[in-house]
Amino acid sequence: MASPLEQFAIQDLTAPLFSIGGHHVAVTNSAIFMMGAVVLSSGLLLAGAGKGAMIPGRLQAMSELFYEFIANMIRDNVGSGGKKFFPFIFSLFIFTLFGNILGMLPYGYTFTSQIAVTFFMAMVVFLGVTLIGLFKHGLHFFSLFFPHGAPLFTAPILIPIELVSYLSRPISLSVRLFANMTVGHVLLKVFGTFVVTLGSFGALPYVLGILPLAVTVALTALEVLIAVVQAYVFALLASLYLNDAINLH
Amino acid sequence: MDPASAKVIGAGLAAIGAGLAAIGVGNIFGQYLNGAVRNPEADAKMGGRLIFGFAVTEALGLIAAVVALALAFA
Repeated sequence: MASPLEQFAIQDLTAPLFSIGGHHVAVTNSAIFMMGAVVLSSGLLLAGAGKGAMIPGRLQAMSELFYEFIANMIRDNVGSGGKKFFPFIFSLFIFTLFGNILGMLPYGYTFTSQIAVTFFMAMVVFLGVTLIGLFKHGLHFFSLFFPHGAPLFTAPILIPIELVSYLSRPISLSVRLFANMTVGHVLLKVFGTFVVTLGSFGALPYVLGILPLAVTVALTALEVLIAVVQAYVFALLASLYLNDAINLH
Repeated sequence: MDPASAKVIGAGLAAIGAGLAAIGVGNIFGQYLNGAVRNPEADAKMGGRLIFGFAVTEALGLIAAVVALALAFA
């Protein structure tokens, strides 16, 4: 029986195009789906923004839905100083959302199930937010690690704890997205295997396979929900970290 | 104990962590329902925080599940 982890293998679809430092770079299935996510999302949002009618048609209403959702989230969590970071958070959200959803298509590949991809996204958020905070507040940024109003003698205990908790943010951010996508697709693969195994077992063919099939349908619905929720949580946490950096307390 | 069987036993132990995270997730939804019964108007405001709290709690359970998968299959 094949391992359920085989679906995450990155396959080269073309011959190696060029090499950087001994590693050959080719067009992979992961890269195809990343490009597909960018092209699809850009196409939908630009087509929706095209005419800019006062009374929106359906496509424009959908684009406005995305825009307002993220704009409200940033306004609620970051405040007025977050407006200039809207394109960054919006791109993060749309890229993650389309990446997760494209993986739910049959024969689709979930590029957000690769720890390399999610770790890079999380490091961009973490380093970006830290640099934004340092540029805005200078060395006063480090007052983030000492909670306001705590007695001074607790500082030697609190500051390392706060520091470790701050440094664990990119890890938790990346592993949350990667683990959700990987475990979801492994679960679907395992139940799919049950459908085939149980369906070919027993006197009447296919009868025993109906129950795992029903569970697989329910799991697919759950996975679509989780795809959307994880994209929202990624963008929300990025906004919260941005809020911590911009408005220190 | 040879490494292969130790790995499978480790995978089983890691899956216990996933079960413990389920208690946390149930706690989140239970507290939300409790509050929604007492104050129905706060439902719209708290809905977003419910989903957020669920996602971050679920993440910890899934980290245990990933450890179990990594031990069982690799």
